[in-house]
Amino acid sequence: MREKIVYAVGLIAVAIIAFDLYRMTQIGEEANQGAIFKIIFFHVPVAITAMICAAAALIASVLFLITKNFTFDALAVSVTEVGLAFLAANLVTGSIWGRVIWGVWWAWDARLTSALVCWLLYAGYLMLRHAIEEPTQRATFAAVFSIFAFIDVPIVIFSIKWWRTQHPQPVFWGGGSFPKEWLPIFLWNMLAMVMLGIVLTVVRLRQENAQRELDSLRRMAHAL
Amino acid sequence: MSFFRLVGVVAVKDLRAELRTKEAINASFGFALVILILFSFAFERSIEGVQEISGGLLWIVFAFAGTLILNRSFARELPNDCLDALISAPIPGAALFLGKAIANFVLVLAVELVSLPVFGIFYSVDWTKQIWELLLVLLLGTWGLTVIGTIFSALTVNIRLREVMLPMLTYPIMVPALLGAMQLSSALVAGKPIGPDNVSWLKMLAGFDLIYTAASMVLVETVLVG
Amino acid sequence: MTAVAAEGVWKFYGDYPALRNIALEAPEGACLALIGRNGAGKTTLLRALAGFSRPGKGKIRIFGHDPRELEARKRMGYIGHGISVYDELSALENLMLYGKLYGLENPRQTALEWLERTGLARVAGGLVREFSRGMRQRLAVARAFLHGPSVLLLDEPFTALDDRAIAVLQTLLREALAEGKTIVMSTHQLREALELASHVALLNRGQVAFHGPCTPEMVSDPGYVYARYGEGG
Repeated sequence: MREKIVYAVGLIAVAIIAFDLYRMTQIGEEANQGAIFKIIFFHVPVAITAMICAAAALIASVLFLITKNFTFDALAVSVTEVGLAFLAANLVTGSIWGRVIWGVWWAWDARLTSALVCWLLYAGYLMLRHAIEEPTQRATFAAVFSIFAFIDVPIVIFSIKWWRTQHPQPVFWGGGSFPKEWLPIFLWNMLAMVMLGIVLTVVRLRQENAQRELDSLRRMAHAL
Repeated sequence: MSFFRLVGVVAVKDLRAELRTKEAINASFGFALVILILFSFAFERSIEGVQEISGGLLWIVFAFAGTLILNRSFARELPNDCLDALISAPIPGAALFLGKAIANFVLVLAVELVSLPVFGIFYSVDWTKQIWELLLVLLLGTWGLTVIGTIFSALTVNIRLREVMLPMLTYPIMVPALLGAMQLSSALVAGKPIGPDNVSWLKMLAGFDLIYTAASMVLVETVLVG
Repeated sequence: MTAVAAEGVWKFYGDYPALRNIALEAPEGACLALIGRNGAGKTTLLRALAGFSRPGKGKIRIFGHDPRELEARKRMGYIGHGISVYDELSALENLMLYGKLYGLENPRQTALEWLERTGLARVAGGLVREFSRGMRQRLAVARAFLHGPSVLLLDEPFTALDDRAIAVLQTLLREALAEGKTIVMSTHQLREALELASHVALLNRGQVAFHGPCTPEMVSDPGYVYARYGEGG
């Protein structure tokens, strides 16, 4: 039954996105930047979803350290992986936009650079997990690192923004205006992204729990 | 024994052990030298050109060479199971952490203070124009590097690929502090004073140091004992 | 008073229980021999008692305190598989370090006394990396006894010791017991251990299969406990 709910939510999310894509073709083009500006309908929602994932990872990590309940550890890794995927989508859409508008695949724009550094941070989290065999130690150390990473996120964003205001460069996202009529599409897409994030997290969570059970069964078999 | 006396005992122990073998500090010096030489192959330089990138170059040298020392921090407790004895001794985890961090700080700072004149010679740059401000930036930036490196040294002490994991985890977290230190160092080497547009970097560095020192002291017991 | 107590202790590696519902205790002045096959959980249990890892469930008490409390740590001495002394420091420097960490009044004097007692007085200034194996082991023993712990937790202490070190350790353990200290010792050397032991606990696959006083039958036939309560030697 639960599985059906998850799949239903996923389908609804995809449906919303499909419908939004249709609506995006219907509305006019943005004055300064043309069609490519519409990538903002994905670029920003995935970023916000990634941030929600980071916050969820922090909460799950703290809760694990307090309760030692492995469900929180499974939640932390699942939500971090999903967040990484969404952040990657943010980087890719940003890069595409940069290519179309500025002719370059990458420029050290404040937001994109911050996103890249945050991506590295949480990729480090996953690398750390891969390097630790023993589950309790892995969960504990990963939780500690997740806390350190989350503390860093606002500092990274602020300091890179400050760096870019000191050395102004073409701002990737500047120069476009967001018409108010487009707001509903944006909000629907935002909702769809969050729903998608939840669905992916639940799927990953299920897989993580199954993996854990397998690991402990394997250990028990070896001990016999 | 009071908290700070215990911190001192741990710091002195680490320094004494390192200075007797000098393994990490020699490797660190050598590495710093190599990076400075390699970078000089990387680009043609005019004085202005070097001054602009001096902060970046210096802090890349410091961060990379410093990691060699930071890696040793808890790794030196592994032979003979010394870490067990430290954990079971009646000292607060925070004191153990702080003692090691201070010892690391002294060692990394020593490497930096030797690298500065070498940098000045190789690149014909006068870095002494605002030496006290530069030293302040060095102290703040190095403490940030040391704190993160020490706590992650504890985190990675027992895991696979320790030497690779420590830099991979440390550098992304260090981005804001390194950025600030680089900006300030470049400006100071070029002769610009720390003005209103730069002082925010200084504040950010100090804030970074404070936050992560506090976080590390709180979480170190969890890392060591679980 | 109960010196060492474990109540309902479970230790998990992930979901796998390495220790299951461990309940045992050592009254003050007792010498508890912890025996069992390899992989039974002896080291895991000892490390949990010493406070190196927290149990997933249950409580551990050292003189009524959690083993991580500073009070408990001051009164505990642990000898594990490693010697826990620094190769780059001298014997005296090592002992003085631990003396200071344990808050001894006169670390230098106490250190010198213990070097004397373990037969290392002549090499007090020598670096540990130059020591022979036997000397290193004796220094490890000195380190554990230095701060006068009331509870000694020893993980297979006789394994890999040379004869001189065994003699030193046995003497020290007997003296400690005479002074009313408590010892929990895991061991494969049943004969040496059971001669000192007042109590015995047999661990089997993470569970306590037997826990009781050490009887004369056990001392005369160490395999007896395994045969009766374990799963064959």
